[in-house]
Amino acid sequence: MSAQEQISVTSRTSEQARGQDVARLKWRHFKGRILSALGWFSILFGLGMLVVLIFDVINRATGIFSGGTNWLTWDFFNNFDSRFANRAGAKAAIVGTLYTISLTILFSFPLGVAAAIYLEEYARDNWFSRIVEINISNLAAVPSIIYGLLGLQVFARWLFLGRSILTGALTLALLVMPIIIVASRESIRAVPSSLRQASYALGATRWQTVWNVVLPQSIGGILTGSILAVSRAIGETAPLITIGALTFVPFLPRNILDIFTVLPIQIFNWTSRPQDDFRSLAAAGILVLLAILLTINALAIYLRNRYQKRY
Amino acid sequence: MTTHDLEYDNPNAIEAHNMSVYYGSFRAVKDVSLAIEKNRITALIGPSGCGKSTVLRSFNRMNDLVPSARVEGQVLFHGENIYAPGVDPVNVRRRIGMVFQKPNPFPKSIYENVIYGPRINGWKLSRREMDELVERSLRGAALWDEVKDKLNQNGLSLSGGQQQRLCIARALAVEPEVILMDEPCSALDPISTLKIEELMFELRQHYTIIIVTHNMQQASRASDYTAFFLMDSDRTGQLVEYGSTSQIFQNPKDERTEQYISGQFG
Repeated sequence: MSAQEQISVTSRTSEQARGQDVARLKWRHFKGRILSALGWFSILFGLGMLVVLIFDVINRATGIFSGGTNWLTWDFFNNFDSRFANRAGAKAAIVGTLYTISLTILFSFPLGVAAAIYLEEYARDNWFSRIVEINISNLAAVPSIIYGLLGLQVFARWLFLGRSILTGALTLALLVMPIIIVASRESIRAVPSSLRQASYALGATRWQTVWNVVLPQSIGGILTGSILAVSRAIGETAPLITIGALTFVPFLPRNILDIFTVLPIQIFNWTSRPQDDFRSLAAAGILVLLAILLTINALAIYLRNRYQKRY
Repeated sequence: MTTHDLEYDNPNAIEAHNMSVYYGSFRAVKDVSLAIEKNRITALIGPSGCGKSTVLRSFNRMNDLVPSARVEGQVLFHGENIYAPGVDPVNVRRRIGMVFQKPNPFPKSIYENVIYGPRINGWKLSRREMDELVERSLRGAALWDEVKDKLNQNGLSLSGGQQQRLCIARALAVEPEVILMDEPCSALDPISTLKIEELMFELRQHYTIIIVTHNMQQASRASDYTAFFLMDSDRTGQLVEYGSTSQIFQNPKDERTEQYISGQFG
């Protein structure tokens, strides 16, 4: 600090200094207002784009604003794909998506949370756990098509699961598990250590402390992170195409070893057809996909609130 | 003489023999030997970093939770070394309870906070026995009258002093023999502090209490014995002087003790 500044700091009581303070305060408040305006603009921009997009998709699918054909009919849910747009539906894709995502949750959630618990509560801080840690963070950023190649080789070929729902679900589970682990670890780490100590001091074992104190405290964050991860899996197309999920499936899967398709693939397929009607079908498919996504998110919020109410 | 006979005559709840505590290669506490008398309040005092909390945490193996911590020497509880191989720290902690610096009730109901210990220790209690245990523990912690109508409220809704007494009630519920208190009043206002000190005198009839405190007035008015710790030039904590509280405060033998209690450092 220079000598001059020193003086201006020590003579705060003078008239002149007070005037400077007031001017500076105005400038400080002004900066605050700029930032809040910037924030408002960001929200407006993001939401605005989203609203336009959704309106366009709804309009294309149902013709509700422009008076066109409504494609989101009962037939859409009840028909299989067809080369004629007016007979095509998404039944196989919807069922395939529900199958795949249920299995993905079944595989990835317990494994991911268990891995997070191990890394946070049990693993000692040595070179092995550090390598595991770094690799998990990196895996969360690996492009999804790489997982598709892995799934194709390991599940489809080596384990002879073929291009089945099981292969797809296992591949997607691998894809989302790192995200679930990272989110769960964050949430577990946020539990105050004073609560763990309180539990240990009463004669609790490590597992009892994890089960009775750490998990109830962190389950909200774990669920939120996991749902975000699973939402990503619902929209994935690339890894499923890689493992050989089909684009034209005119039947329902009989079991989890059957071949299948999912909504994003169906949508992708329809958008690449030359006829304009198929684009409207794709819009209808997008709406159904969004509905499934929102339902799962709503379920997550419900579960989170329910668990938090226990306290 | 069998262990049982020794036990019968032993006036001490806990005895430390040449106990040293290490964090990695750092020796935090060196060669502490002291005997804690049953049904008395023993205060551990000393300046910050002198290892008094470390000593306290060694008495119920809470230091085991720090991966690099290691204890040498012996800590005898009922004549048995709690650091002997084969001793389960979980069992030690059930019998030697602990109250922490900052009140740390679980974010559960008051009732659930108190019953947590018995529950995880697998005590098979009927609903009525649980209710009785909760009431007994809360009465023991002088909290019952304030919370008896809101046992289902969250423990965190209580005031700081009430929360700390809830933590004491929680510790009492597993029926320990010794209660370790790590600066239990440092986050509390003077009135709450006084209540906890009065409570300690009540609890002394049934429990042995060891309290770490920064507050010398607290040590002088609320304890029977006082141990004074100080760190040496290697920042290793040592026991300087140990005796009855009146002797330590009125007639200290060690020069450093006198300097500390007269406020010349610390």
